Amino acid sequence: MNFDKYLDARGLNCPLPILRAKKALNDMTSGQVLHIISTDPGSVKDFAAFAKQTGNELLSSSENNKEFEFYLKRK
Amino acid sequence: MGATPEVANIEELIQRRLDEILPQRIEQALLAREESRTPSMTIIATKGTLDWAYPPFILASTAAALGWDVKIFFTFYGLNLLKKDISDLKVSPLGNPGMPMKMPFGPDWFKSLNWNIPNLIQAGIPGFESVATLLMKQTIKNNGVASIEELRSLSQEADVKFIACQMTVELFGFKHDDFIDRLDFAGAATFLPEAQKADVSLFI
Repeated sequence: MNFDKYLDARGLNCPLPILRAKKALNDMTSGQVLHIISTDPGSVKDFAAFAKQTGNELLSSSENNKEFEFYLKRK
Repeated sequence: MGATPEVANIEELIQRRLDEILPQRIEQALLAREESRTPSMTIIATKGTLDWAYPPFILASTAAALGWDVKIFFTFYGLNLLKKDISDLKVSPLGNPGMPMKMPFGPDWFKSLNWNIPNLIQAGIPGFESVATLLMKQTIKNNGVASIEELRSLSQEADVKFIACQMTVELFGFKHDDFIDRLDFAGAATFLPEAQKADVSLFI
């Protein structure tokens, strides 16, 4: 999937992946896509809730070998 | 002669139509209002140890990331969390049976041991608290958990408002100069109207 910005949140624990993602989104424009990789298993539910609450669209959420990958489209 | 029944018919028709449409319209209006409203949270932070410093700052910074308005009122020992230098925050296993005592280094079997040290012994060893704090800080680092300094500055960057209890400042003999910038020094009368309007209000 194409993306405009990449955030490596591996090794970070709650709530840092969300806080870093929020910061990254602040520097982006509407419609741009943020690609995030994290190792925090809690981030799967957290990013879904974050997307729902903030209106940024979670295009995809997947797991690959204990790493979690998210694509968030900025509102 | 026939006018009255006709009027009655129309009235009944209007009534029936309104009954059909109104609930839906009200639902839509309420939803629109809910979506355009900014949620808010107020927290009272009363604890001044390393472990209890986490909940207020984690919740505040996360709520701010979700777009909420957040205010924290720091009172009593919670004021310690607003000092310029918070590197001396400590955690104590003494009298805290909920705290696992595990080593943050060594082979896995060693790290998984829980050191059940009786209170009487903990209390008798000088510097026990400092060592426990050092080990805790290493565990925090190993797990990729943010430091309190980081969560605090992330909260401020995200516009979380900090209110410091002026009464406690005087009670504990602190000076305004001991604290970080961008604080409001105020009292309960300032905080309560904020808490009244908030969707979520927590005492930590």
